Amino acid sequence: MIGRATKARSSAERRVLDEAGGLRAMTWVMAIMLFLTMLAAALGLATAGAARLLDRQLAGRLTVQIVDGDPVRRDVAAARVLAALRRIPAVAKATPVDRAELTRLLQPWLGSDGADPQLPVPAMIDVDLADHGEAAAARVAATVRRLGPTIRVDRHESWMSPVNDVMRALTFLALALVLLMASATAAVVVLAARAGLETHRATIAVMHMLGSTDLQVARLFQRRIALDATIGGVGGGVVALLVVGFIGIRLHGLGSELLGGVTLGGADWVLLALLPVAFVVLATLAARVTIVRALRHIL
Amino acid sequence: MANIVQFENVGLRYGTGPDAGPETLSDVSFTLRSGAFYFLTGASGAGKTSLLKLLYLAQRPTRGVIRLFGEDAVVLSRDRLPGFRRRIGVVFQDFRLVPHLSTCDNIALPLRVAGMPEADIEQPVREMLAWVGLTERADARPATLSGGEQQRVAIARAVIARPEILVADEPTGNVDPDMAERLLHLFESLNKLGTTVVVATHDFHLLGRIPGAQMMRLDRGRLLDPTGSLRYPPTRPE
Ligand SMILES: Nc1ncnc2c1ncn2[C@@H]1O[C@H](COP(=O)(O)OP(=O)(O)O)[C@@H](O)[C@H]1O
Ligand SMILES: [Mg+2]
Repeated sequence: MIGRATKARSSAERRVLDEAGGLRAMTWVMAIMLFLTMLAAALGLATAGAARLLDRQLAGRLTVQIVDGDPVRRDVAAARVLAALRRIPAVAKATPVDRAELTRLLQPWLGSDGADPQLPVPAMIDVDLADHGEAAAARVAATVRRLGPTIRVDRHESWMSPVNDVMRALTFLALALVLLMASATAAVVVLAARAGLETHRATIAVMHMLGSTDLQVARLFQRRIALDATIGGVGGGVVALLVVGFIGIRLHGLGSELLGGVTLGGADWVLLALLPVAFVVLATLAARVTIVRALRHIL
Repeated sequence: MANIVQFENVGLRYGTGPDAGPETLSDVSFTLRSGAFYFLTGASGAGKTSLLKLLYLAQRPTRGVIRLFGEDAVVLSRDRLPGFRRRIGVVFQDFRLVPHLSTCDNIALPLRVAGMPEADIEQPVREMLAWVGLTERADARPATLSGGEQQRVAIARAVIARPEILVADEPTGNVDPDMAERLLHLFESLNKLGTTVVVATHDFHLLGRIPGAQMMRLDRGRLLDPTGSLRYPPTRPE
């Protein structure tokens, strides 16, 4: 007949605001918001990770090219540069690029002609610096250039930097999207809370007359909104994680070195999984603030 | 006996600025003694409901002084209202039951609001249900109850938390004379336990039922016979 302990209380409290079950609009909105937000966040985390990886790979690396029409002179110069490089303390490692390897790399552009030893293909030396700083790289580059007019130094960072810029831009775009989505979610919650207050105006008046505090009334709404948000957030979040995981597998399958960096680490997955929690907290807070503010205008 | 309620030159005007209507209540002064039983009478539209609303803190007066439980109720801050309201039980003229709650949940509401442990709620609710004769209807929603049954739920909800003041606005308007008498006796027994009772009614039949009850009569927003000056039996106005 009459309720059984706390279960009865919470169910009675839920019924005060006519909480017939079922999926309500708020749940769907939260699911969609969380889905989109987590996709954007995954993009941002992945591009940020890729940019970091590129930085790490490219910092402290250069390629020295010896460009000379005469293959003999070229090879002599190459040997001299290699020896010089190995004497510089800042150079950790200097490796001549294998001719056969170079030929293979050039094949798509030059066809079988690339194999012709008479072709003025530059000699190349990959250099790893001990110090990854900007100054060390510049110093080494200057030293090597002084060895002869046919010598060019290629800083990887300079030709990869547009890629890095794109990655950084994508990261910021994703961050902006996440923030936009969060504010849109808060706005939806505020509207939903206001609509709820309007719908339950009479019941709220009764609760006030029975001595309910504003916080007690707010809790009735907050509980419902938190529940809706949780159901929607978890639903949208799980779908988003599946999609992100699937895209990750596909990207990995491409075997592209450039896109290979676009992956999520363990910390990234944890951050993604925390997003629904953050959104539920945001929704609950937005509801509470809206309701307590509105109630203050009622006697 | 101490004064539990005190009105001094209270005036009430609904609306403000250009929307302001005529004064619904003017120069209302009276005191209610703790533990007494009062009837508030007057024709429909005289301002009974308005006066009670001031009393149960649903409305602030436009002017005048209201003291409740020895404190100035006009300047009472908003966060102190719940504490005061929990000491006042109200039977609203239109019942105001929560439509989604069963009879027993509606009756239990004031106890839950006051934070009473769930285990302690069952017993008083059951007693209250029996008292108003609604044991059979414990799980019914208000919409499925008759007007009289709804009224009894409203009364049970108003008295369950043992308020210091019980305010009832036309509490017998929807019940047959037998039930009206039973409800009145319910109020009387509550009054004997120390609750100050204020019942607004235009049913002159009821006035004779409570020996020792005092009467206040409202006429177009003015109190004709301040408390104590007119004792039972009142003369029936023609
Ligand atoms: N909320 C309100 N806004 C404006 N006028 C009101 C309001 N409530 C009551 N009135 C007016 O105040 C007068 C007294 O009404 P009321 O207090 O309900 O009288 P009673 O309960 O004695 O019938 C009536 O003229 C009514 O129209
Ligand atoms: Mg009335």
